[in-house]
Amino acid sequence: MDFLVGAFKPPCNVSISFVDTKTRKQVPLKKDNGQTIMVPLFQSQENIIGEVLIEPTQGKKFEHNGVKIELLGQIVRELDVPGELFERKTYQFEFSTVEMPHESYNGINVRLRYILKVTIGRNYISNIVECQDFVVRNFTPPPSINNSIKMEVGIEDCLHIEFEYGKSKYHLKDVIIGKIYFLLVRIKIKNMELEIRRRESTGSGPNTYVETETLAKFELMDGAPVRGESIPVRLFLSPYELTPTYRNINNKFSVKYYLNLVFVDEEDRRYFKQQEITVYRLLES
Amino acid sequence: MMIPDGIEDEEKWLAEGIAGIQHNAFYMHRALDANNLREVLKYSAQMLSELRTSKLSPHKYYELYMRAFDELRKLEMFFKDESRHGVSIVDLYELVQHAGNILPRLYLLCTVGSVYIKSKEAPAKDVLKDLVEMCLGVQHPIRGLFLRCYLAQISRDKLPDIGSEYKGDSDTVVDAVDFVLQNFIEMNKLWVRLKHQGPGRSREKLEKERSELRDLVGKNLHVLSQIEGVDLEMYKDTVLPRILEQVFPDEYHLQTLETLLGACPLLQPTVDIKTVLSQLMDRLSNYAASSTDVLPEFLRVEAFAKLSSAIGRVIEAQVEMPIVGAITLYVSLLTFTLRVHPDRLDYVDQVLGACVKKLSGKPKLEDSKAKKQVVALLSAPLEKYKDIVMALTLSNYPRVMDHLDNETNKVMAMVIIQSILKNTSCISTADQVEVLFELIKGLVKDLDGTDVEELDEEDFKEEQNSVARLIHMLYNDDPEEMLKIICAAKKNIMNGGPKRLPFTVPPLILSALGLIRRLQGREGDLTGEEVPATPKNIFQILNQAIEALTTVPSPELALRLYLECAEAANDCDLEPVAYEFFTQAFVLYEEEITDSKSQVTAIHLIIGTLQRMNVFGVENRDTLTHKATGYSAKLLKKPDQCRAVYACSHLFWVDDLDGIKDGERVLLCLKRALRIANAAQQMINITRGSSGPVTLFVEILNKYLYFFEKGNPQVTSAAIQALIELITTETKSDSTAPDAVSDPFFASTLRYIQFQKQKGGAMSEKYDSIKV
Repeated sequence: MDFLVGAFKPPCNVSISFVDTKTRKQVPLKKDNGQTIMVPLFQSQENIIGEVLIEPTQGKKFEHNGVKIELLGQIVRELDVPGELFERKTYQFEFSTVEMPHESYNGINVRLRYILKVTIGRNYISNIVECQDFVVRNFTPPPSINNSIKMEVGIEDCLHIEFEYGKSKYHLKDVIIGKIYFLLVRIKIKNMELEIRRRESTGSGPNTYVETETLAKFELMDGAPVRGESIPVRLFLSPYELTPTYRNINNKFSVKYYLNLVFVDEEDRRYFKQQEITVYRLLES
Repeated sequence: MMIPDGIEDEEKWLAEGIAGIQHNAFYMHRALDANNLREVLKYSAQMLSELRTSKLSPHKYYELYMRAFDELRKLEMFFKDESRHGVSIVDLYELVQHAGNILPRLYLLCTVGSVYIKSKEAPAKDVLKDLVEMCLGVQHPIRGLFLRCYLAQISRDKLPDIGSEYKGDSDTVVDAVDFVLQNFIEMNKLWVRLKHQGPGRSREKLEKERSELRDLVGKNLHVLSQIEGVDLEMYKDTVLPRILEQVFPDEYHLQTLETLLGACPLLQPTVDIKTVLSQLMDRLSNYAASSTDVLPEFLRVEAFAKLSSAIGRVIEAQVEMPIVGAITLYVSLLTFTLRVHPDRLDYVDQVLGACVKKLSGKPKLEDSKAKKQVVALLSAPLEKYKDIVMALTLSNYPRVMDHLDNETNKVMAMVIIQSILKNTSCISTADQVEVLFELIKGLVKDLDGTDVEELDEEDFKEEQNSVARLIHMLYNDDPEEMLKIICAAKKNIMNGGPKRLPFTVPPLILSALGLIRRLQGREGDLTGEEVPATPKNIFQILNQAIEALTTVPSPELALRLYLECAEAANDCDLEPVAYEFFTQAFVLYEEEITDSKSQVTAIHLIIGTLQRMNVFGVENRDTLTHKATGYSAKLLKKPDQCRAVYACSHLFWVDDLDGIKDGERVLLCLKRALRIANAAQQMINITRGSSGPVTLFVEILNKYLYFFEKGNPQVTSAAIQALIELITTETKSDSTAPDAVSDPFFASTLRYIQFQKQKGGAMSEKYDSIKV
C-alpha cells in the first residue's frame, strides 16, 4: 500500500516564498475555484526576490532533470542543473527591476495574472510544477488635464436636462461631484440613479467579446422634480471594486468605465445617458 | 404610484412598515451593543428604507416617521461616541454616504451631520449648508417634507446663532437664517407640489393631506423666530423680503399666515411693516383672483379675520406710523377682501369702520398721499361691485368720507358719480338716494369752509353737470317709490344754493315729469300714509322746486320749466294746475324777465306752449291768449313785436279736429302784424332815409298763405293779392336796396304760389284767383 500511495503522491513539496513577505503588502486575489487568497503586491520595475524550497517526501531521494523558475511568460531562471535531490534544498532567486507594465486583472472573459512557476523537470514522468501568484498594480500621478463633463441632453418635449460631473478622470478613491439641472420635465419621474458600468472587451475584429457589468447603482433622486430643480451628485468611488481603465492591453483586451445616468418613470420606463470616465490608480502618498 | 384602496389597506401598510422598522431596529440594536459599525450602518439603512413607501397618507407616514425618528436618536448617540465605533466623524460623514438609496442615506447623513456640528470639527454653517443642499435629492413631496422636517429638527439647537456655541467667525446669524430659510423654501415648494400629485386622488383628500403637512412647513417659521440674532435690520432686509419673494408660492403665505402675522406687531416701528403687509395682501389678493379654486382655502384659514386683526394690532402697536401708512394697509386689506370675499359686504364695512376709527379724533387729512389713499380705499368697492348700491349699504362709507377735506371729498364724489354713470347703475330706493346724496354732498351743497371764490368755473360746471346726469340715474319702476326718490332728491337739491340749482333742478323736474307721464290719468284717490304718487301731488312738489329757481334768480329757466309742467298738466287733464303754471310763467315774465332778448325768447315759448294747450275752458284760454298777445305787442323792437304778434295768430287757430278755429281773431293778429311791419318800415325810412328789407312782409304773407290754405274764411285771396302787390311795390321802389335775404325769400314764396296754382285739384282752384 505504501508503494501505491507513494506512487500518487508527489515525491517532494515545493514552496515559493518572498524575501520581503513580512513587509510587503498583501492583496486578495480570487482564484478559479472562487476562493480568495492573499497574495503579495508588486509594481512594475520592482525586484522580485525570494526562494524556492524543495523538500523530498519521506526522506527519499528523487531524480530530476533540473529545476527552473519562471516569471511566467517572461523570464526563466535555471535554479539547478539535472541531478538528484536527497534532502531539503533552498534556491534563492531574484528577478530585478522587472517590467510589468500591465496590472493584474481579473475580469469576466479575461484575466491578467502574474505567476512565479517552479518546474522540476523529470524523465518519463510528468514534471513537478508549483506556481505562486502575485499581483501587480501600477500607480499614476494625477492627470494634468482633467476637464469636467458637461452636457445638455433631452428627449424632445419630454425631458431636458443639463448634467455636469466635475471631472472626466477619477482615481479609485475619488468622489464624483456634480449636479443635474432640469430644464424641462414632462414625464413623471420616479427616481434617478447614477450607475457605474464596466465594459470589458476582449479579442479583436469579428471575435470581439464585450461584457458590461453594472458595478454601482446609486440613487440620486427620489420623486419627480420640477423645472428648474438642480439635484446634487456626490458619489464616493471607494466602496466599489473598480480597476483603472485599461486601453488595449497587448491588443488583447480593454476595460472601460462609464457613468450612466438613469431616469425611471412611473411606468418603469428607463431613460439614460452614458458618459465614459477614465479611472486611474493614484499614487498614494 | 400606488393608490391606497382604502383605510384598511393603509392600516395594513402602516403595520407592515412599522414591523419592518422594528425588525431592522432589533438588529441595529444588537449591532449597537456590539459596537459593530458596519452592521449598524447596514441595519439602520434597511430600517430607514421603510420610509421609502409611497403608500401612506401623510398622517400615517408621520407615525412611521416618528418610529424611525426614535431609533435615529439611539443611532446618534452611537455616532457621537467615537470610542464605540473607532471612526472619526469626518470619515463617518463620508461612510454613511455610501448607501445606495437616497432616502436612508440622507437620514443617516443628517444624523451624522448633527454629530459633526457638535464635534465642532467643521463650521456648523458648512455642515448645514451641505445638508440642506444634499436634501435636494428627495423631490418626492411627502418624503422630502419629512426629511427636511428631520433636518430642521436635528439642526434646531445647532444653528450658528448669536450666543450659540456653534457660531463661527463671521456672518453667523446670516448663515443660520439662510439655512432655515432655504430649508423652508424647499419644504414649501414640496408642499405646493403636493397639489399636483397624480390623478386618482380626490381633491378633498389632497387638500386634507396638504393641510396635515402644513404645520410641518410652518415649523420653520417658529425656528426662524427663535433665532435670537435676527434683529430688525436683518428681519427687514433679509428675512421678510425673502419670505415674500416670488419663489414663495402664494399658497404658502396663506397657510402660514397666522405665524407670519403673529410676528408682525412685535416688530419695532423702524421695520417697514406696512409695505411688507401690503405686499403680502396684494399678493394674496392676486392669488385669489388668479383662480376661484383657491378661494375655499382662504375661507378655511380665515384669512380675512387674521389679516384684519393683525393690521389692527400693528397699527395699535405702532403709534408713530403715519396715517398714510395705516390707510395704505387698509386699502390692501380692502382689496384683499373684495377679491376673496366679494360676497361679504360686512367685511368691507368692517375695514372701512376700522379706518374711521383710525381717522376719528384727528383733524381732516392734510397729507396728499393719505388723501389719495383714502380715495383709493373708497374707490375700490365701487370698482369691484360696479354697483354703487352695494357701497350705499356700507354704513361706514360716508363716515370715512367725512374725514376728507372738501376738495378730496369732491374728488371722491366725482368718482362715485362717474362710477354710477359708467355702469349705468340705477339708484332705486329713496334710502339709497339719501345715502348717495350724503356721499356726494360735497358737490350738492356748499360745505363749511369752502372758499367759493376759489372755485374754478369750468370745474364747477363739470361737477354740476355730473350731478345733473346722476339725477337721471335715480329711477324706480314703481311710481310710489319713484316719488319718494324724487322727494328725497329734491330735499337734497334744494339745499344746493343759487349756483347749483340751475343745474340740478331741471333734471329733477324732467325726471318727475317722466313719472307724471307714466301716471297720466291716475287719480289721487289712493289713500295711504304717505303722499300718493298722483300727478297732482307731484305737480305741487314741482311747483315748489321751480319756485326755488325763481329766487335764485334764474327766471328764464324757471319759466321754461313752468311751461313744461303746464304742458304735462294739460296732458293729465288738470286744468287748474296747468292754469296755475301758466300764471306763474306770466308772473315771471312780467316781473323777472326784463332783458328784451329774453323776453322775445320767452314769449315765443309761451305762445308755442299755449297753442298746444287744449285743457283750458274758453274763459281761461281767453285770459291767457289775451295776455300773450298783449305781451307780444309790447315788445321793445318793432320786428320782434311784429313776429310775436303774427305768431299769436296761431293761438286762435289750432289745426286739430276739435281745435279752436277763430278766423276773425287770426285775421286781427295778422293785420296788427302788418301794421307793425308798416310802422317798422316807416321808422327805418325816417332814421336811415331808405326803406328796410321787406322780410317782415314776406313772413306775414306766408302766414296769410298758411291760414288761406287751412281754410280760414277771413283770409281771402284778395287780401293775399293786395299783400303781394304791396311787397312788389316796396321792392321795386327806388329807395329800396336789393336785399340778399328778403328778395329770394319773396321770390320763392311767389314760386310756391305759382306751384300751387298749377298742380291741379282743389288747392289750385283756391289759388286761381290770385294773380302773380
